[in-house]
Amino acid sequence: MQQVFKKPVSLKDVQTHFCPGCHHGTFHRIVAEAMDEFGVQKKTIGVASVGCSVFLYGYFDIDVVEAPHGRAPAVATGVKRARPDAFVFTYQGDGDLAAIGTSEIIHAANRGEDMTVIFVNNTTYGMTGGQMAPTTLVGQRTSTSPYGRNQGKDGAPIRMAELLAQLEGVGFSARVAVNNPKNLMDAKRQIKKAFRYQVEGKGFSFIEALSACPTNWGMNPISANERVGTEMCDYFPLGVFKNAADL
Amino acid sequence: MTKRLFMKGNEAIAMAAIEAGCRYYFGYPITPQSDIPEYMSRELPKLGGEFIQAESEVASINMLLGASATGVRAMTSSSSPGISLKQEGISYMSGAELPGVIVNICRSGPGLGGIDASQADYFQAVKGGGHGGYHIIVLAPASVQEMYDLTMLAFDLSDIYRVPAMILGDSVVGQMKEPVVPNKRPATELPPKNWVVRGKGDGEQRVVKSLYLGDGELEAHNWKLHGRYQELRDKETRWEEFMLDDAELVVTAFGSAARIAKTAVMAARDNGIKVGLLRPITLFPFPEKAFRAVTERCKRVLDIELNAGQMVEDVRLSVARDAEVFFYGRPPGAGSLPTPEELLEQIKKYYV
Ligand SMILES: Cc1ncc(C[n+]2csc(CCOP(=O)(O)OP(=O)(O)O)c2C)c(N)n1
Ligand code: SF4
Repeated sequence: MQQVFKKPVSLKDVQTHFCPGCHHGTFHRIVAEAMDEFGVQKKTIGVASVGCSVFLYGYFDIDVVEAPHGRAPAVATGVKRARPDAFVFTYQGDGDLAAIGTSEIIHAANRGEDMTVIFVNNTTYGMTGGQMAPTTLVGQRTSTSPYGRNQGKDGAPIRMAELLAQLEGVGFSARVAVNNPKNLMDAKRQIKKAFRYQVEGKGFSFIEALSACPTNWGMNPISANERVGTEMCDYFPLGVFKNAADL
Repeated sequence: MTKRLFMKGNEAIAMAAIEAGCRYYFGYPITPQSDIPEYMSRELPKLGGEFIQAESEVASINMLLGASATGVRAMTSSSSPGISLKQEGISYMSGAELPGVIVNICRSGPGLGGIDASQADYFQAVKGGGHGGYHIIVLAPASVQEMYDLTMLAFDLSDIYRVPAMILGDSVVGQMKEPVVPNKRPATELPPKNWVVRGKGDGEQRVVKSLYLGDGELEAHNWKLHGRYQELRDKETRWEEFMLDDAELVVTAFGSAARIAKTAVMAARDNGIKVGLLRPITLFPFPEKAFRAVTERCKRVLDIELNAGQMVEDVRLSVARDAEVFFYGRPPGAGSLPTPEELLEQIKKYYV
């Protein structure tokens, strides 16, 4: 009998700790599929950040360095400069990348570091219990915006994929989601493009991945998934914001 | 004939780092150490290395963390306020057992302070500095030659023990020029770096991390780190003894303060005063046994520092039980370096 569907070799055969309905696991899978497709697993060095994705090395069968909160792009810079032949990616949440780590991401991107950044935007700080993130939508209630995010006081949610696309150093910047089969297939395509940038030595590539956090949104997995396609996609439009090498 | 060069302390550090095999430097400008990034930006590209002027000290220490995780020799340098920013990364490197050399050419006082010579970062350097209860190796050069030699030693010790190493200097040793014999790197046996991330190939997955969540794992990890600090205490303390054999007063000081103190000790000897100098070279591990041994016989110690009293606490903990420890210091500020005459007065005061 022919096997038509299997686990990517870049993923370990273990269960993840993610909550039911969380999209982190799906993103892990499609990142691993891209890794398999390009055959880079054996030369990959992943950089894990702080947040629900910190256990990256428990799921990906690759070498991993753990970075302090927000600093993954700087750690990855050191890794890639010392090992230019390695395939280097960071995997960071929105609290990590768009708050404490804004300086590191902007400057790594601006230098055009030859690396790939997977940015998982779930509009909240997942691991610490659902506080307001820089990506929290206006009006969204979180444990530190109990009356809803107030734009006058808290600022508007940051659109990182668009923001980084402005920088000369950035080769590729796209926003994807996995809330339905069509978006999922497109997410896979964009992640592969982002990987191709690095494989072909064409510079910095960035994927913003819209993700559900049913636990902290206080929603069941189905309505959380629906929120990604409605409220989130309204404010954070899916698409490619830069594709400098036109891959 | 051995080559002698005339150079600044900061340049000696950069030159020694390159001789030690350092090819990666990450930094951010701050006086009085900017000669180091300037030197590295000029020389490393010629050697196939990498110089990055990072966006901040926070980023530069994390670049060091990443490079070190791949097994290369790498360095960062800064001065007091910048070292405060690096503490997060230093704690993470300590937790992840990553080697790496960090230079602190100290400035004076808390906050922005000034650029005068100061030893006010002693606590921060030897007591951990960042969170979590760890130590780094701290070396305190007193001459330009030592800036060179101790930098090379810092790379070796850091690799052997997998503990970050710091060169703790100040603007006196950083900015002055002296002759230096640029010694070649000694052939030290280094353990294989079989822990570095490299892309697993057909081998086992490797992870460089400081997060240990399993039952008892973190405690075991921390005991392992503390075992290493004990090993450093047992094997790697370094100090200089000067005219201590018949001394009735032991003067102690480190780095540039020790140079002034040495001049004062010599002047005191000219006056028939039996005084000697014990200069710690490693501040962590602190030369406890040397202090104990000297003070078993000579019961009086005068500690001199360019601060309001920091190392004196370690001196007090190290001396023989009935020894008396006195302190003379000048908190940092413009023109606050003590003169040899001033220190001679102090020596006379505590010499009985
Ligand atoms: C310096 C520092 N500050 C705060 C924290 C606490 N912390 C751990 S995870 C986290 C939030 C992570 O949120 P995000 O990046 O959005 O990832 P998610 O958990 O949602 O996947 C925070 C604030 C920390 N570990 N280090
Ligand atoms: S808290 Fe949110 S982001 Fe974290 S695993 Fe659960 S659903 Fe996913």
